[in-house]
Amino acid sequence: MTNRLQSTLEGLKSEGRKALIPFMTAGDPDPALTTELMHTLVKAGADIIELGVPFSDPMADGPVIQLACERALAKNTSLRNVLDMVRSFRQTDNRTPVVLMGYLNPIEAMGLETFATRAREVGVDGVLTVDLPPEEAAEVVPVYRANQLDSVFLIAPTTTEDRIAAAAEFGSGYLYYVSLKGVTGAATLDVDDVAQHLNVIRSKTNLPLAVGFGISDADSAARVAKVADGVIVGSALVRLIEKHGAGPVETLHQAVHEFVSGLRTAMDNGA
Amino acid sequence: MNKPLDFETLSHFPDERGHFGQFGGRFVSETLMASLLELEKQYNLLKNDRRFQEEFDRDLADYVGRPSPLYFAERLTKKVGGAKLYFKREDLNHTGAHKVNNTIGQALLAKYLGKPRIIAETGAGQHGVASATVAARLGLECVVYMGAEDVERQALNVYRMKLLGAEVRPVTSGTRTLKDAMNEALRDWVTNVDSTYYIIGTVAGPHPYPMLVRDFQSIIGREARIQCLEKEGRLPDAVVACVGGGSNAMGLFYPFIPDTSVRMIGVEAGGKGLATGEHAAPLSAGRPGVLHGNRTYLMEDENGQIMATHSISAGLDYPGVGPEHSWLKEIGRAEYVAATDDEALEAFHMLTRVEGIMPALETSHAIAHTMKLAKEMSRDQVIVVNLSGRGDKDIHTVANLQGMKLY
Repeated sequence: MTNRLQSTLEGLKSEGRKALIPFMTAGDPDPALTTELMHTLVKAGADIIELGVPFSDPMADGPVIQLACERALAKNTSLRNVLDMVRSFRQTDNRTPVVLMGYLNPIEAMGLETFATRAREVGVDGVLTVDLPPEEAAEVVPVYRANQLDSVFLIAPTTTEDRIAAAAEFGSGYLYYVSLKGVTGAATLDVDDVAQHLNVIRSKTNLPLAVGFGISDADSAARVAKVADGVIVGSALVRLIEKHGAGPVETLHQAVHEFVSGLRTAMDNGA
Repeated sequence: MNKPLDFETLSHFPDERGHFGQFGGRFVSETLMASLLELEKQYNLLKNDRRFQEEFDRDLADYVGRPSPLYFAERLTKKVGGAKLYFKREDLNHTGAHKVNNTIGQALLAKYLGKPRIIAETGAGQHGVASATVAARLGLECVVYMGAEDVERQALNVYRMKLLGAEVRPVTSGTRTLKDAMNEALRDWVTNVDSTYYIIGTVAGPHPYPMLVRDFQSIIGREARIQCLEKEGRLPDAVVACVGGGSNAMGLFYPFIPDTSVRMIGVEAGGKGLATGEHAAPLSAGRPGVLHGNRTYLMEDENGQIMATHSISAGLDYPGVGPEHSWLKEIGRAEYVAATDDEALEAFHMLTRVEGIMPALETSHAIAHTMKLAKEMSRDQVIVVNLSGRGDKDIHTVANLQGMKLY
């Protein structure tokens, strides 16, 4: 079994391109729309999709993603449903890696082994559990490994070098560098500062480094693409989905396509 | 026969990673880890620092008014019939509840760490008031997060916080109660971590909070233990406290953990009855999960989403509980029961009429169970109840329930 995340990231690297990784919350604005939205992201140039699993208490997220979680939960989007959405996505896309991003409790409620087995079956490639730092991950990561799931870990500007090493040891696929202090969807970012931190992280690991938090438009995406291996755009896309979620479906897809292909163009031209 | 548990050893928990058996831990986003590790390091240094401890003890004596009395409730004892009832009078503390023991300790930590701004979450408002109070005294900026629903039902405490110079930020996300206030406070902390100290009000949250809040609150149990020995010449047969997050209960219980003759009983909010599902009693009717940085008993649905809770008392209206309580339940050292809204309200009136002490609605849950328990015990037995807070803040709630409108 080839590892979709690894081959995608290696392929991009050999072409000298950077990974565009949009994030959207599954089930927002409606569970019936998620699979199609994922396809639209791919058509617009996404290389990897981070699919958010809604949680009632997303304490590391800002108001934009909290509201997306509330909308998805109001339509009864469970982890079970999210896995079904990935299964449905895989019927016509067997190429684009999907990373589930969320919190530990829904996974524990399903049962770690059950979750890992099903995730592999439906075609999930990696899992990023926001509230699972390396210190608490010793029992979780081996279960993911046994099911060929990559574990994506966060690195913050405040993460010390020995803890970067711990995340690199447990992590696979890529590492997610949080580019600023705060929650998702917060303020602006300092690309020089990001570049400096990425150099420190690179001295500890060969894993690709994707950068997220604070990247809200084509300009910031292009600037980050110059220093990182991947660019994650979350809240800005979720905000767009919020804006068009209640309107005609065609308008929603059009707006999402336009935004993501704008990021793609800027990253490819600027890099 | 099983080998008896060594409770003396068990009272030295959590372990170095903040675990109480399978509970506790540090389940947070990477963005918080550095701050938590730093706080743990600093706290472990200051815990054994004589200057810090002396300042803490002096503040507890001269500012809070400790030690709080252990009061023999003679009339209530006679009325109930059974075990002798003693109240640990935390309601007589400055600001009217046990919460201030912890805020004094953590504000001192903030001062030693050089943080000019403190934030807090609050449910009933008692922890918010206690935080605003110590902020005023130390000249620190203070922001208190409070669920929008609680802002409405605890208007008096909101005004008290404002008078003390704190900014109260109503939280409209999620269920608009204590858990959502905690989410917002964590978000604030992540964003402003350089300038800000987060004073968590209960023995929950990520390590080291459950440990350090317990340590600051354990003055309650240490005093009660000595006072009971002085008054009765022996230890109590049972200690009882209400449990929301569980800080007043943990403060009372902790020094008694090695005393295996002492039953420890926590009383959760039974709301409209455990069978209705409308309650806030995770230890009685929930299951283990992960929320707010620790593994503990939670109220959650089959998909792992945290459920809305219900209690007459805002301070108990929380879907989780401190991890050390989960552990004391699992190893069988403490028992946990629930009292309903109605039982708590009845106890509120009873204590007010019979002893002239108006308890907080949170505390009334502990009183309600104690009255049941005492009847089953003999007259030479002793129960110590934590009278964790006074009821002034709840007068509007009680009046509304009786169909009265106050102006």
